[in-house]
Formats: sequence, structure tokens, C-alpha cells
Amino acid sequence: MLSIKNLRVSISGKEILRGINLEVKPGEVHAIMGPNGTGKSTLASVISGRDIYDITEGEIIFKGKNLLEMSIEDRASEGIFLGFQYPVEIPGVSITNFMRTAINEQRKYHGLDPMPASEFLAKMEEKKQMLEIQAKLANRSVNEGFSGGEKKKNEIFQMAMLDPDLAILDETDSGLDIDALKIVANGVNKLRKPDNSFLVITHYQRLLDYIVPDIVHVLFDGRIVRSGGKELAVELEEKGYEWIKAEMD
Amino acid sequence: MEKDPNNILDEVTQGEYKYGFYTDIEMDTAPMGLSEDTVRFISAKKNEPEWLLQYRLDAYRKWLVMTEPTWAHIHHAPINYQDIFYYAAPKRKKELTNLDEVDPELIETFNKLGISLEEQKRLTGVAVDAVIDSVSVKTTFTETLEKQGIIFCSFSEAVQKVPELVKQYLGTVVPSDDNYFAALNSAVFSDGSFCYIPKGVRCPIELSTYFRINAANTGQFERTLIIGDEGSYVSYMEGCTAPMRDENQLHAAIVEIIALKDAQVKYSTVQNWYPGNKKGEGGIYNFVTKRGICKGNNSKISWTQVETGSAITWKYPSVVLMGDNSVGEFYSVAVTNNFQQADTGSKMIHLGKNTKSTIISKGISAGQSSNSYRGLVKMTKRAENSRNFSQCDSLLLGDRCGAHTFPYIKTENKTSIVEHEATTSKISDDQLFYCNQRGISTESAIGLIVNGYAREVLKQLPMEFAVEAQKLLSISLEGSVG
Ligand SMILES: Nc1ncnc2c1ncn2[C@@H]1O[C@H](COP(=O)(O)OP(=O)(O)OP(=O)(O)O)[C@@H](O)[C@H]1O
Ligand SMILES: [Mg+2]
Repeated sequence: MLSIKNLRVSISGKEILRGINLEVKPGEVHAIMGPNGTGKSTLASVISGRDIYDITEGEIIFKGKNLLEMSIEDRASEGIFLGFQYPVEIPGVSITNFMRTAINEQRKYHGLDPMPASEFLAKMEEKKQMLEIQAKLANRSVNEGFSGGEKKKNEIFQMAMLDPDLAILDETDSGLDIDALKIVANGVNKLRKPDNSFLVITHYQRLLDYIVPDIVHVLFDGRIVRSGGKELAVELEEKGYEWIKAEMD
Repeated sequence: MEKDPNNILDEVTQGEYKYGFYTDIEMDTAPMGLSEDTVRFISAKKNEPEWLLQYRLDAYRKWLVMTEPTWAHIHHAPINYQDIFYYAAPKRKKELTNLDEVDPELIETFNKLGISLEEQKRLTGVAVDAVIDSVSVKTTFTETLEKQGIIFCSFSEAVQKVPELVKQYLGTVVPSDDNYFAALNSAVFSDGSFCYIPKGVRCPIELSTYFRINAANTGQFERTLIIGDEGSYVSYMEGCTAPMRDENQLHAAIVEIIALKDAQVKYSTVQNWYPGNKKGEGGIYNFVTKRGICKGNNSKISWTQVETGSAITWKYPSVVLMGDNSVGEFYSVAVTNNFQQADTGSKMIHLGKNTKSTIISKGISAGQSSNSYRGLVKMTKRAENSRNFSQCDSLLLGDRCGAHTFPYIKTENKTSIVEHEATTSKISDDQLFYCNQRGISTESAIGLIVNGYAREVLKQLPMEFAVEAQKLLSISLEGSVG
């Protein structure tokens, strides 16, 4: 699905990712943990194609295609979804309109006609119910005036609508109350299929109780310094990052 | 059996009704330049009564001693008023035989707007062989209106049919010496719409210039007069979203609206005249005076405009709130791209007690364009307990364009409240990244964001207009970022 080799990335002369290697197979859920400012969101942005970074070395292959040569929107249409850590507001644009545009642009990329309105509305309805989203929310402008938790839920809703092959969820759990966390985790679990993958960035092992990862990685100072099973997350929760730092020295 | 007006509208909007809507009047042009003779020539051509000729001549004499205003935030080469033809009888566009002969760029725009092939032919002057029975549709339409006593025709027709009404109201809202361009229009106006809604009548259909004979040929000095008699209601739409080309560079229109006691008049327009090319060459100079008067108590006038065309737009649709409890509204989206210049806004003159006005202006600038809001809110001494709320927002695309806000507020009483809010914003990289990440191209993302930004105004438009206007906004900004 996704294969990252020796990826080095800097921004304004400062190196942030310093040789990332990562292999995600179809059907797998990978968790990425690590202290603040170690480059987790940067990695997510680079995979998505944000062009404010200098990619000095390495490659990213997605479903056999060289991602680094593709535009942001083409990567999205190829099946990459990023659930943002800080979703942005788009005043005056309803979620319905936003989603319809996104779905139809992605369909256009694949040479398909726009989705018939009835099919689209049915899909909206289904996903809203799955994520227990109030009907009203879909008529509101994208993220405008949403609470922190509502924004995160809306990201998962969009993911469900777009049905990506690889979903990168950047701290989707932060800001969610316990019930919302369960709903979101449930939603993700329902979307898990043998042929799609998840990259879940989180600080808390709690989320991983619900979305059980196949592999947990620790990102530290721009490098993946340790990978393991889900017990690694438990260990991190107990011992903190000092323990890893100590081992590295 | 009475026909359901909705059915008629469907019939009219779905059928290919628009072709027959010109009359083949022999080409006839006044000599170039402006003089008393030109004015007399125009009036004679139109077979006008003596009082109207005198009205024109009076305006012409006033115009002679006036000077072009210089206060607007616009720049253009001097206009040579002797270098213009002031009267050309409506003429057909050059007949082409095939759409292949039309500028491909224009065709592309038509396709993006979703304008049908047949309609494209009509707009570009390609000969259409299958002329459907447009006359009957038009007749049904007129009959529906006539049954209710509504008069809706061209201004010239009105002068012949209902001269007393025209005489009673012409120039009562915009005096012939109101401003330089108004004086010019009053002297040489070509044609436009006339609309009268009788007492207590609620006009059952949106009155669109689409349905009016010769609508495409109103000329460069358009004159429109709308009268809502006591307790009446009308929604009037003018303009069209398809790009309008015209060899005449100078346009100076006047629209007057009169709302008597308890009447409501809603005026919506989409202006998409040729804006000039990407280098800023060519394009229409559009100097318009639009004003309404809420003459009676509890009357209401609302202006909604979507301005995307013209090289220069100079336009301040205004409302004089004379009746007590009257309401004035102005909703505007003005888009400027490339080298376009817009200086537009509104004036709300509160004369009556408890009057209320709202101004919502959304300026969107891209390229190297200049977009100014200019507004006046005046609360006179008599206008006790009146309110105005103004919201003027500017959205900048790129950093070579300019947005300016010139609000003027005059309050002569202590019980009225005037609120003014202004914001300037940009489309952020984060917003674009967010949209791109969902698979939305930058071009579509800009269209989406801009339409969201203008939503408050667009939702004021009649349904059939709103959808087209949304597409138009996106198209007008194509290539402006990236
Ligand atoms: N646009 C930028 N310009 C300069 N530095 C940046 C920029 N974006 C990120 N950085 C820096 O890169 C480093 C990694 O940031 P990133 O957001 O990837 O961290 P993170 O691991 O997601 O942290 P957190 O857990 O707090 O979300 C930080 O030191 C940050 O300040
Ligand atoms: Mg982060």
C-alpha cells in the first residue's frame, strides 16, 4: 500500500524528518506515537503532498505509484485521506456542498460521471447515522463555529464519505469526549477492510484500545526509533519517552 | 381555465423560446457625436411626445455645463463624447452559419455555464433554422400579466401606450441633472424596461427582461422605470450571466424604482458585460445610476446585484426611505479580475421615521484589479428611530489587487443607530490545502470558497438566477491563483 524509504524533509533549512522508513500493507493499521514536535504531522502533510517542504532524499510509493510526482488532489483521488489535526474553517460552504464537490472531483479523476444526487444523499444519510452526527451539522459551513470535538468527528465523517485506501488520522482523538471517542473508533473499525489501511497518529494509548493497531511506531526527532506490537503503546504510556531517549543514548 | 403561472414559467424556461425575440427594424443610425440635433433625431425616431423631447433637451443643456465626476477610485483615458453614435436602431448581429465561426474561448465559457447549444447560437448570432413558436409563449406570458393589469414592456412602448404614467414618474427619483452620466442618459437614453404593478397586485411571476421584446437591444443608454403601486409586490430580474459583448464602450444606464404605500419591489441583476482582455484592453465602461424611492409608508425596495463584468463599474444602487417604516436593502457581490475596476456601493437616505436599511457588500478582487466599496448612510432629522446595518467585506486573491472601503455616515438625530462593519480577508493556503486534500482542484476550491463567501448575497437572488450566478463567480476568477 504505502512504502516510504529513507525520507528526509526540511523546512526553511531545518531538517525535520531525518530518514523515515515505513511499510504499510493493505488491511493494516499502524499507529505513530512520539513527543510533541518530532515530525508526526509533518510526515502526514508530506504524504498528502503539501508543497511547503523540501524533500531532500528518499521516496514514497503508494499503490505502486511515485507519490512525490503527484499533486495533492491527485493523491487524494488515488485514495489518500488526511484527517487534520487542526481542521480549517471554510465559511459559507456547507458540508453537503463540500462533500459533493470532493466526491465528484475524485470521480472525474477516475473518468466517472458525477454521483447521482439520490445516491449521494443516501450515502450522506448512512454515514451521518453511523457516526451519530446530527442532521443539522451537514447544513452548516465546513468547520465554521464547530467545537473541537465536532471538527474531529466531521473529519471522520468525510473519511467515511470518501472511502479512502489509506487514511491518515492526525490526533483525531484529541478533543473528543469519551462517548465521541467510542463512536469515532467504532466508525473507523467499521470502515476497516482487507484492502485499506490506516495510519493513526496519537498521543494516547486509550484510542488504541478501541482501534487496535497491528504495528506501533515511535517517532523521535525525525526518525522512527522503535516499532512493535500494540504492547509498545502500553509500555510508552507507563514509562514515557524518557525511557526511549535513555536507551538511544 | 386559468393557467398555473408556474407551468407557464416552466414552459418558458424549458422551451427554446428566445429566438424570435427581436424585431427586424431597418438599420438606422444618427450621425456621430452629440448635439441638440442628435437629441431631436432620437426623439423623432421614437415618435415621442413633445414633453419628452423637451425633457431630453433640458437634460442635454444641463449636461453641457456639467463635468465628469472625478471622485471615484477609477482611472481611464478621457472619453470623447463626440466620438460616439448615440442612436442606432436595433440591428441584428452578424449572422454566422455555424458555431465553429465563434471565438472558441467564448464557447468554452458557455459550456462551463451550462448554456445549451441552441442558446449559444442565439447569443452569438448563429442562424437557427428551427424557430419554435416563441410568439405563443410570449403571448401567454403577457396575457397572464395583463389579466392582472400589470404593464411590462419596453420603455419606448410605454411612452406610446401609457404616456401619462411615464410622464408622472420619469425623473422623479433620478433628476436629469443628478449627475453627469444621469444627465447624459436623460438626454439620449435608448431603451429599457417599463413596469407597473397596480394596487394590491402581487405579480405572480418573476419579471425577467428575457421575456421582453428587444431586450437584447436596449442599447448603451438604458432607461428603466419600475412602479409598484400601493400594496403591490414584484420581483424583477435584469441582465444575464452569459458574457455580453458590445462594441459600444460607454454604457450609462438609469433605473428608477418607485414603491408606494405598502409596496415591495425586489430588483435583481447580474452584470456580465465584456471586462476587457487579460491585459486590460477593451471592455465596457459602465456608469450606472440606480435609485429607488420608498415613497409610501411601510414600503420596501431591495437591490441585489452580482457584478462580474465591465472594465469599469461605477454604480451605487440607492434607496430614499421617505415613507415611515419603510425598508431599503442592498446586497452586492462585485468581482474584479485582471485590470477591472469597480467603484460600487449604496446610498441609504433615511427621511421617514422608523426606517430600516441593510447593506451587505462582498468585494472579491483578483489579478491587478481594484475594487472599492463606497456607501453613504444618512439619517435626517425627521428619521427618528431608524436603523442601518452595513457589512462590507473584501476578499483578496493574490497580492497585486486592491480593495478599498469608503463609508460615509451622516446622522442628524439622536435616536437612530448606524452600524458599520468591515473585514478584509484572503483565501489561506491552509484552506486550499484542505480542499486539495479532499481531491478538489485549486480552481474548484477557489470557486467553492468564493461562493461560500458570497452566500449571504447569492441567497437573495431568485432561484434560477442564483445557480447561474454561482457558476459565473467561479468562472470570473479562473486563472487568478496558482
Ligand atoms: N511551516 C513550518 N515552518 C517551520 N517549522 C515548522 C513548520 N511546520 C512544522 N515545523 C516544525 O517542525 C517540527 C515538527 O512539527 P510537527 O507538527 O510535524 O510535529 P508533531 O510531531 O506533529 O507535534 P505534535 O505532537 O505537537 O502535533 C516542529 O519543531 C515544528 O515547529
Ligand atoms: Mg502534530
